[in-house]
Amino acid sequence: MTLALIIEALVSLLLICGGMFAFTGSLGMLQFKDFFMRLHGPTKGTTLGIGCVLIASMIYFTATQREPHMQELLITLFLFLTAPVTGHMLAKTGLHMHLRFTTSTRGSLPELLDEDVGQSRVAKPARPKRPGSSKNRRRQLLKTRGR
Amino acid sequence: MLATALWISLTLIVLALAMNVYRLAKGPDIPDRLLALDTMYVNAIALIVIAGLWFNTKTYFEAAMLIALLGFISTMAICRYLLRGDIIE
Repeated sequence: MTLALIIEALVSLLLICGGMFAFTGSLGMLQFKDFFMRLHGPTKGTTLGIGCVLIASMIYFTATQREPHMQELLITLFLFLTAPVTGHMLAKTGLHMHLRFTTSTRGSLPELLDEDVGQSRVAKPARPKRPGSSKNRRRQLLKTRGR
Repeated sequence: MLATALWISLTLIVLALAMNVYRLAKGPDIPDRLLALDTMYVNAIALIVIAGLWFNTKTYFEAAMLIALLGFISTMAICRYLLRGDIIE
């Protein structure tokens, strides 16, 4: 009796959590200002929401049918694998199409922050002398005559 | 308790779908609409799973699986079309 109550409470909690996360993800997609900000909501919030709902369904059917019911785990794993790929491709598409973005979206690359760059520059390697320049040619000519 | 939770999550997901439809209609650029469609199929899977819980059947599982597979593939195809101008080179 109490086990059934605990399972029901767990399923209800997971369902409400899933609904809240899905709602939050879509709200982020509605509210943010530019495309690169809007990408954050669906890729994180909605994926977690659908994961919660599917796990709630898995627990419910496992408890009511009295046999393990693991098919929902397939969809959960598939969505958790494909959501980052989709997000990456959408970000690439947005960069490719040169979408407009707010100034706060723009950032510097993490490996080139200003405070990390050294004070003095590394000396450039000397350029190799071109064999075709006039000075070099005269020098080479003198060398061959000397021999 | 479960019926109340089902009502609450159903309402939240329907509201999320309504917001997706708004972004799909308004979205200033093509990637915005693509993102809205991508979120819509994920929310549709949640709606179908909740329908399965509501009617207490396991019949809807296959539909959810099909929507997950085809949604990912179609999003990838449109992204690739926008990026490269071609889907299969």
